[in-house]
Amino acid sequence: MSVHSLSRNHTLFKLKLYLLCQILIFDKNTDATLQVDISDALSERDKVKFTVHTKSTLPNFKQNEFSVVRQHEEFIWLHDSFVENEEYAGYIIPPAPPRPDFDASREKLQKLGEGEGSMTKEEFTKMKQELEAEYLAIFKKTVAMHEVFLCRVAAHPVLRKDLNFHVFLEYNQDLSVRGKNKKEKLEDFFKNVVKSADGVLVAGVKDVDDFFEHEKTFLLEYHNRVKDASAKSDRMIRSHKNAADDINRIASSLYTLGTQDSTDLCKFFLKVSELFEKTRKIEARVAADEDLKLADLLKYYLRESQAAKDLLYRRSRALVDYENANKALDKARAKNRDVLQAETSQQLCCHKFEKISESAKQELIDFKTRRVAAFRKNLVELAELELKHAKVTTVQLLRKSS
Amino acid sequence: MADTVRDPPPDGTDFHELEDGEELFPEPAAAPEESQPASLPAEDISTNSNGPKQDLLFDDDPEDLFAEATEEVSLDSPERDVLLSDGPSPAITPITPPTSVITPRIGHAHDDMFTHSSFDEIEEEEGGDSFDIHISVSDPEKVGDGMNAYMAYKVTTKTSMSLFKQKDFSVKRRFSDFLGLHSKLASKYLHIGYIVPPAPEKSIVGMTKVKVGKEDQSSNEFVEKRRSALERYLMRTVKHPILLKDPDVLQFLESSELPRAVSTQALSSAGLLRMVNKAADAVNKMTIKMNESDAWFEEKQQHFENLDVQLRKLHASVESLVCHRKELSVNTAQFAKSAAMLGNSEDHTALSRALSQLAEVEEKIDQLHQDQANGDFYLFSELLGDYVRLLTAVKGVFEHRMKTWQKWQDSQMLLQKKREAEAKLQFTNKPDKLQQAKDEIKEEIEELEGKVQQGERDFEQISKTIRKEVSRFEKERVKDFKTIIVKYLESLVLTQQQLIKYWEAFLPEAKAIS
Repeated sequence: MSVHSLSRNHTLFKLKLYLLCQILIFDKNTDATLQVDISDALSERDKVKFTVHTKSTLPNFKQNEFSVVRQHEEFIWLHDSFVENEEYAGYIIPPAPPRPDFDASREKLQKLGEGEGSMTKEEFTKMKQELEAEYLAIFKKTVAMHEVFLCRVAAHPVLRKDLNFHVFLEYNQDLSVRGKNKKEKLEDFFKNVVKSADGVLVAGVKDVDDFFEHEKTFLLEYHNRVKDASAKSDRMIRSHKNAADDINRIASSLYTLGTQDSTDLCKFFLKVSELFEKTRKIEARVAADEDLKLADLLKYYLRESQAAKDLLYRRSRALVDYENANKALDKARAKNRDVLQAETSQQLCCHKFEKISESAKQELIDFKTRRVAAFRKNLVELAELELKHAKVTTVQLLRKSS
Repeated sequence: MADTVRDPPPDGTDFHELEDGEELFPEPAAAPEESQPASLPAEDISTNSNGPKQDLLFDDDPEDLFAEATEEVSLDSPERDVLLSDGPSPAITPITPPTSVITPRIGHAHDDMFTHSSFDEIEEEEGGDSFDIHISVSDPEKVGDGMNAYMAYKVTTKTSMSLFKQKDFSVKRRFSDFLGLHSKLASKYLHIGYIVPPAPEKSIVGMTKVKVGKEDQSSNEFVEKRRSALERYLMRTVKHPILLKDPDVLQFLESSELPRAVSTQALSSAGLLRMVNKAADAVNKMTIKMNESDAWFEEKQQHFENLDVQLRKLHASVESLVCHRKELSVNTAQFAKSAAMLGNSEDHTALSRALSQLAEVEEKIDQLHQDQANGDFYLFSELLGDYVRLLTAVKGVFEHRMKTWQKWQDSQMLLQKKREAEAKLQFTNKPDKLQQAKDEIKEEIEELEGKVQQGERDFEQISKTIRKEVSRFEKERVKDFKTIIVKYLESLVLTQQQLIKYWEAFLPEAKAIS
């Protein structure tokens, strides 16, 4: 794939990203102490290089404004470092951005290249333009996702102080973080299996706190339903895109019919072809907007609800540990052996559990607020965009059919 | 109608025109709005069974088209025989009457008799208002059961044309009846150059499902598709002025009992014969090399080839669109359900309500998509399919022309050979056999000369017919496409307007989330 640099559409792009950021994390911290964004991005053969730009008045940084280049693996490294840090057990860790996936787009471009002989020049250029536009759209989306992750970290009162985060932002050389090799991936896989088994075990423990009990049931159900809705909305949008593609082909066939000769019918065909072309563009935009406002929203909250679930799991785990420690203490006291040891461990567990509970409560409430606000914003914008497009299409159709 | 015609008309112009009939008509005049009024009254009288024939006036009718109508004369009713056999002088270019003779009294009721015998542009414009016949195919019902079951369709004709005995009547027909009608018309008209609209295709899978009694969505759709196709087929057939007058067509529309057309069954002997013939034709097509003396035909053939390719491509794209839209509708419905569930599990009340509203909106939209898909299909896709099949018929007609030419050439070559043989005989010295052989040869030569002449005439005939048919076909095509596409666009507009309504209803709900 050729090198796509976004510096051309720099300003517009930045604006869109900023807005997207606003949309997905409602309470983006706009205070001047720490502002992070992705100012540029470059797509090379099979990786994307993001330019992370930081503006900060915090004393920890050497400068007030600086940029570094990061790749996807480094984002994942940062995310994992949060997850593995015990200190952050009580917080919803912002979900990691998904890996940039241009495979589908690349495949389509390849297929187009192979089928070049079977279509007319105009068709070919048109389809190529479309595919390039699609590629650009995917590219913008992945950049947006990475930026949202960084913004969320920067907005979190505790996570923003994380040392790894600062290193990530400032260290202007390669972090030499490599992607996980096969062995590590396998380890991860097993860890996940153990974790989910444990999760089931732990979930059975009834919580004393009503709030958390309610949240647990709610989140479980919510997560599943968001997953379902996300999958279905993806399918719906894909059909929509397919239909738009068909309209494109119809438009070009009509165009060819229209250029056969210059009779009345042919002029008519030309007009209709133009009309279809316009409606197709709008249909494609509708599909793209639905994708952005609806599908992306659902996907994001799918990941966030998973992160929230993870938080609850950690809390439950801590609770179980605490209860176990209590039992151990009682046993120790009964046997009058290793009492001190048991006491310290019990106190540790208690402390850990209480700390997690406290922050978790706040986190979950914040999560809800964020979620409601994000849905509201996106749904409103979705409706407005759909209206706008339907109105424009109507106008186009009426104007042309006169 | 007949009465008013026979009375001396109030203004003298008409009679004046009638007398000057001969010189009047050869002048090509402007507005092809109405047909020759002079001949109208006469024709009206003669074709109405309730009026006497005034063949006299018919001599004045130099409508050259009648000259070509020699073939169908034999098939038509006796009155029309008279009408048509008084053929005027041939080789008169299509003429239009001067506007002056158009009197308001030439009511539309008169025109219908005349119009379907004329091929002029006149007929086209008149066709709009005087061609008053509407056929609808409805009420498909299953008759019988098991493998002998079939669908019977009610064919209702509403017309004010005096061609028919009643104004409003209906009969029950089954699919093989339609196929039988088509094969009869094809055998009568295709080889002389008329474009006979092709009948809808047989579908063994579809029919078996219906026979077996599967009452599901796909078999309902199949029946509906077939019903609509049959209706379009009949309308297209009767729009053709010559075919409309055909007694087979009339019998099909009017008589309550129709002899069962067995030769249309796929596995019958007639069916096999058809297949063999088709194969033979294909081979012939490749071997006949015609000297095209007329550039018009070559150009038109090329044009139709291109058109065929383009229409097939367009048809494929539209079918794909229909398919994807149906998919979209299904997926939207699923998403709507999913969103409703999500709304249920959401504990923030306003958001929950908004999500349920979204689910409802999406459900309505999915219905909209479904309707749009149907519209796409029935309006656009089927039209294209029909035209692809029609183009095959058109190409068939061109092929027949080639065959006619071939026949003519063959008989000419044979004649040449016989003439050579005759000449050779002149130089042999066998007096006793000579006379007999000479006589034989002379007879054969005369016969062949007749054949050659006939062949030439046939060829001229078919060429002329094709020209007219093609121009008629083109006009019909333009009309059809324009109407359908406009209807289709209208349906698109409606869809968009509905979309606007739905989203406008949703917006305040979304805004109400606090």
